[in-house]
Amino acid sequence: MKVCVKLFAVARDKTGQSSIEIELPDDATIRDLRAALAKECPALSPLLPATRIAVNSEYAADHTPLTADAEVALIPPVSGG
Amino acid sequence: MIRLTHDPIDSAAVLASVSSRAAGAVVLFLGTTREFTAGKQTASLDYECYPEMAEKKLAELEAEARRRWPLEECAVVHRLGHLEIEEASVAVAVSSPHRAAAFEAARWLIDTIKQDVPIWKKENWADGSQEWVHPGLAAKEAS
Repeated sequence: MKVCVKLFAVARDKTGQSSIEIELPDDATIRDLRAALAKECPALSPLLPATRIAVNSEYAADHTPLTADAEVALIPPVSGG
Repeated sequence: MIRLTHDPIDSAAVLASVSSRAAGAVVLFLGTTREFTAGKQTASLDYECYPEMAEKKLAELEAEARRRWPLEECAVVHRLGHLEIEEASVAVAVSSPHRAAAFEAARWLIDTIKQDVPIWKKENWADGSQEWVHPGLAAKEAS
């Protein structure tokens, strides 16, 4: 399945894109997404350990399964307020 | 009341929005744009967010604050876009019958906004460099 990942802040700057499509197996989890991103987007790799991932506007743990229609976003450490 | 806006924050309007005959205390917190950080001079800031999740998270925080403290009204306004020094990036206002709850709730709200809401600020330093503020990310990765 193709999963579309929204990119913000430094993640968008590093890739030059506001989103990226990643091909994953149908039973992929967030953990699998992290591995795929590290492999396919070396520019994002150093950010990933400190970056949370949101699925449908909720922070998601690594074991969370993904679906093709999920809205996924990389959430680098936040600095609002 | 939760709002994301690109307009300057109207503090008077935020205060008016939490006014209540049942309140004996109103607390307003403004996060403002500071000129110096760790010895480095800021020229201006830019804020961006993930809008759907930021609104959802802010609404959740308001609901949680109302569960934890006896609040009459609560307002959070976060500004996005370009900010000059001294301009407010965020307003948190709460009203409550008594002041202890108002102070505590306002403090909790701003502290939690800073941890959990997908909003990011970019420093436009006076020396011409720029960097996203990502606490915990190595400095070289943030620019």
